[in-house]
Amino acid sequence: MLWICLLFAFLGVILGYAAFRFKVEGDPLVVEIEALLPQTQCGQCGFPGCKPYAEAIAQGNADINQCPPGGEVGVKALADLLGLDAKPLDESFGIEKEKKVAVIVEVDCIGCTLCIQACPVDAILGAAKYMHTVIASECTGCDLCVEPCPVDCIVMTAINPSVLNWQWPEPIQNRH
Amino acid sequence: MFKRWNLKGGLDLEGHKDLSRQYSIINAAIPDQLIYPLVDRSGNAMTVLVKTGDRVLKGQVIAGSKGVQGTLLHAASSGLVKENEWRMIAHPSGLKSWCLIIATDGLDEPGPVYEPVDYTQLSAADICEKVHQAGIVGLGGASFPTAVKITPNNVRAVDTLIINGAECEPYITCDDRLMQQYPSEILLGIQVLLRALAIESCVIGIEEDMPEAIEAIQQAIECSGFKQIQVKVVPAVYPVGGERQLIYLLTGRETPSQGLPVDVGVVCQNVGTVMAVYQAIVKGQVLIERVVTVTGLGIKKPQNRWVRIGTPIKDLVSQCGGYNGPIERLIMGGLMMGFSLPDDGVGITKATNCILVATSKEVTKSSEAEIQPCIRCGECASACPVNLLPQQIYWHSQGGAHQKCQSFGLFDCIECGCCDVVCPSHIPLVQYFRASKSKLFLKRREDEAATLAKQRFENRDTRKVQEKVEREQRIRLKKLALVKLQKGRPSAPAKMQDKS
Ligand code: SF4
Ligand code: SF4
Ligand code: SF4
Ligand code: SF4
Repeated sequence: MLWICLLFAFLGVILGYAAFRFKVEGDPLVVEIEALLPQTQCGQCGFPGCKPYAEAIAQGNADINQCPPGGEVGVKALADLLGLDAKPLDESFGIEKEKKVAVIVEVDCIGCTLCIQACPVDAILGAAKYMHTVIASECTGCDLCVEPCPVDCIVMTAINPSVLNWQWPEPIQNRH
Repeated sequence: MFKRWNLKGGLDLEGHKDLSRQYSIINAAIPDQLIYPLVDRSGNAMTVLVKTGDRVLKGQVIAGSKGVQGTLLHAASSGLVKENEWRMIAHPSGLKSWCLIIATDGLDEPGPVYEPVDYTQLSAADICEKVHQAGIVGLGGASFPTAVKITPNNVRAVDTLIINGAECEPYITCDDRLMQQYPSEILLGIQVLLRALAIESCVIGIEEDMPEAIEAIQQAIECSGFKQIQVKVVPAVYPVGGERQLIYLLTGRETPSQGLPVDVGVVCQNVGTVMAVYQAIVKGQVLIERVVTVTGLGIKKPQNRWVRIGTPIKDLVSQCGGYNGPIERLIMGGLMMGFSLPDDGVGITKATNCILVATSKEVTKSSEAEIQPCIRCGECASACPVNLLPQQIYWHSQGGAHQKCQSFGLFDCIECGCCDVVCPSHIPLVQYFRASKSKLFLKRREDEAATLAKQRFENRDTRKVQEKVEREQRIRLKKLALVKLQKGRPSAPAKMQDKS
């Protein structure tokens, strides 16, 4: 009995070592694809995050036009990378929208922590039975916290133009 | 007398300086209200350090921004702090921001007065600290905190201080007037800066069309014996007062693309800033006023005034005789590099060197001059003082290939507008370049945010995996304990066997 135990322990060590020694570094294609995705982590593409979607594309299990936050520009970038033809966004996965940020109406929050569990990037702060709040700079605008809130106190709000994010407008083009 | 203008490009612009240059600087009256936008130069919020209803004294610190580039803001006169207001600020966007408002009481009661000190007894660190405490930023327009520029560990091997007295933008005469009226004060300010930088050599660059200023400074050098300060006359070509252009002209050193003057051993300060340094160190006064040129055909009495920071433009305009007929554009800064203001309710900031009240004689509506396609004439490239190819950058910008613009040196463009002026097709080139720069900045910010989001997503993933493993482990242990308990109860020997 003891010997058998030892043998298995030994084999285990070898396996463990092999796993460590010959570990497959992330597939470079997946890394490249992932770098083009917006990292909103919203799951609209049908995968639980941008990385799983990148893996699916690399394996040929998903099309390149399933990411609404990335929009047409994103599809084009993916097409360029993979040497494919650009195509319009598949609207069955959603349409491209202006980026928003989640805001919790704090007086209504009952502190159920459901939104914390839903947030893919840990952008919500709070503890059970205490008021919760969204760290705006960390929120990707993925919408995932809105649905679970039992009292509907999370509002997706447009990002106000401010001196910080203001952009010089492009001239009106005069085509001839 | 001076090196030939050996930069490529630039323009010989109509100066329009005689509108305001012959009048001495006068003190502007204290306005009823002082308005301070609560954002600093990079758009970050400033923290208010006083409460609504507080009485503040002249020179008291009222707000400050944090960080290495943080600055302080002081009350320009005594009065009561009112409720913050959400109002238009002096910014090309025409956007609103929270503003701190002081209702002045007309007493102009000074706060704690700093004892004037002998600057020759101060260490470099003392000078930097005092400059910071006085809230001094670059008064030439960029508003970069002066203390940061002269702090020893930020200035690597610097050997030359350059004073920018080349006021090359049309209409503006505030530095000209300062040099004519306060030459010895400016020289003392330079001495203070030289001491802070622990260097000897200083060159003042003054445009050739300011003979009185050149004369005044040269005479003051004679009298004071500060012989290490040199005056160099530069040709009146726009934009000779651009920091990089002036440094190149005076020292022959080329500031690297995306680099800073310190990279070529130079610190550059504007004449107005030097005056503020003098006032802070030698006189013990904080920065609460600056010289502003109020000019243009649209103002009754063009002139230069010492204006309190925070003064509404409306007040300043009425002190200068009011508007003179219909106004086409109200411009803050110069004709070339300034921006239009939507109305005159905004306050003067530390960066405001000029208020140009322009009539239709001075500015044409951009829509009037019809935009034609680029004919590839190359005029823009010969006018560009930075040796760029504006037509190429424009081509990529209008095609949306902003990244490409960058490889053609977009970020080296100083937005001087020379290319705009000469383009026979009236293409608003600078507007394209600014839009492209904004887009690229936004992209950079988005990429940073994406990297952060990815990191946080991955961290959360690892944490969740770990939690799952721990949970399973707990369950397994519990089960094991349960099994042991069940086995252990009926017969003790069974336990012994297990151990073997
Ligand atoms: S749809 Fe959402 S989760 Fe999917 S790749 Fe796009 S941003 Fe990432
Ligand atoms: S889900 Fe709604 S109620 Fe629950 S903690 Fe989040 S914000 Fe508060
Ligand atoms: S605006 Fe830019 S591109 Fe045009 S001339 Fe000036 S530096 Fe050159
Ligand atoms: S000056 Fe105007 S028309 Fe001529 S090349 Fe430049 S952009 Fe084109």
